[in-house]
Amino acid sequence: MPLAKPYLDIPGTTIFDTDQARRGYWLNQFCSSLMKAENRARFKLDERAYLDEWPMTEEQKQAVLARDLNRAIATGGNIYFLARLGATDGKSFQRMAASMTGLSEEEYRSMMIKGGRSVEGNRVVGEDGDAQAHRQPQGHGKPGWEH
Amino acid sequence: MARVTASVYTSHVPAIGAALDHGQTEEPYWRPLFEGYEPSRRWFAEHVPDVVLLVYNDHATAFGSDLTPTFALGTGAQFQPADEGWGPRPVPEVLGHPELASHIAQSVIQDDFDLTLVNKLPVDHGLTVPLSLLCGQPAAWPCRVIPFAVNVVLYPIPSGRRCFALGQAIRRAVESYDEPLDVQIWGTGGMSHQLQGPRAGLINRAWDQRFLDRLIAEPERLAETPHLEYVREAGSEGIELVMWLIARGAMGDTAGGPPPRVVRRFYHVPASNTAVGHLILENGAS
Repeated sequence: MPLAKPYLDIPGTTIFDTDQARRGYWLNQFCSSLMKAENRARFKLDERAYLDEWPMTEEQKQAVLARDLNRAIATGGNIYFLARLGATDGKSFQRMAASMTGLSEEEYRSMMIKGGRSVEGNRVVGEDGDAQAHRQPQGHGKPGWEH
Repeated sequence: MARVTASVYTSHVPAIGAALDHGQTEEPYWRPLFEGYEPSRRWFAEHVPDVVLLVYNDHATAFGSDLTPTFALGTGAQFQPADEGWGPRPVPEVLGHPELASHIAQSVIQDDFDLTLVNKLPVDHGLTVPLSLLCGQPAAWPCRVIPFAVNVVLYPIPSGRRCFALGQAIRRAVESYDEPLDVQIWGTGGMSHQLQGPRAGLINRAWDQRFLDRLIAEPERLAETPHLEYVREAGSEGIELVMWLIARGAMGDTAGGPPPRVVRRFYHVPASNTAVGHLILENGAS
């Protein structure tokens, strides 16, 4: 009997459960390796060669090369592991978060200063809030960031 | 006999640590936040305990895909600030209290909570940012700190009810320690925030305020809140708030004592992606 996953109906949200962790195991291990300065340097020198040392799927590697965190999360990545990638590029957590919303860095920062994203319309898939699938992208941002 | 004298609750946003480390606390963006913690810093300077048991979550730093303990107690003598990818924060090393930690381990495990005991534990922003907020930037932290890491990253994570009962068990453990130590327990993380996906940036001020009200007045009922409500209402990372229930469970009123005194309550939006919440509760005299 499959275990209950009552969290699948929240829009724009992926819960990092044990199934996701299994899919993302090597992707997340690669990210963890970037906590060492010498690995960050090796990755920056030749990203593709460094990625090819890890048994990740091609889709996971492409997501990393593009800094496309939504794709990385869809393939099992978790934001705290993926944050090592942003840190390696010298990016803040806010920059990383913005990159997943379709908002530009400035649009996202402005949303936060105004009190953040409203929960109204964003509780359950099928409502009409700004995080719902039919309202993406939300602004003038693109996935990823300059690196 | 050791006593739990107070509990402190605070968000542990990494950007707060970065703002401190880079001398940005006077910038208009950050000033209201740091001003909000000034009364708390004064309170802490006058109430430095012997030991802080600091409940936090590791953010895939010391623990990760290789090993994910649900509850991990730091029994070591010292803990180094971790390199989370930006280089380690320039903060002092954390000195533990191995004797009290060992006592807590023995008591709490025999009380049916299966803790993982850790001696080598690089501590990330989850632990160091709360210390910075309450202590400022000293050359050495003013007291011993026992790290207590809770898994809130990989589901399934412990329930609020389990966390609250664990806090009660920690209080029993502390109060059965012979040496007359002054112990504070801190619960960190939260409040509403989401760091992932198109819903990133979610803040729910009304829900957060209600959480603070209920944490003070009816924590045992609050502990019944299911995970799904945290995620739906307070964002996927808002789930960190279950850790506040460990600290709250360690207060005397949960074992028949008088209600705690609210010394400080503060709330601010935003710090980077996050709503910052903060409480200080002092135990009443028993």
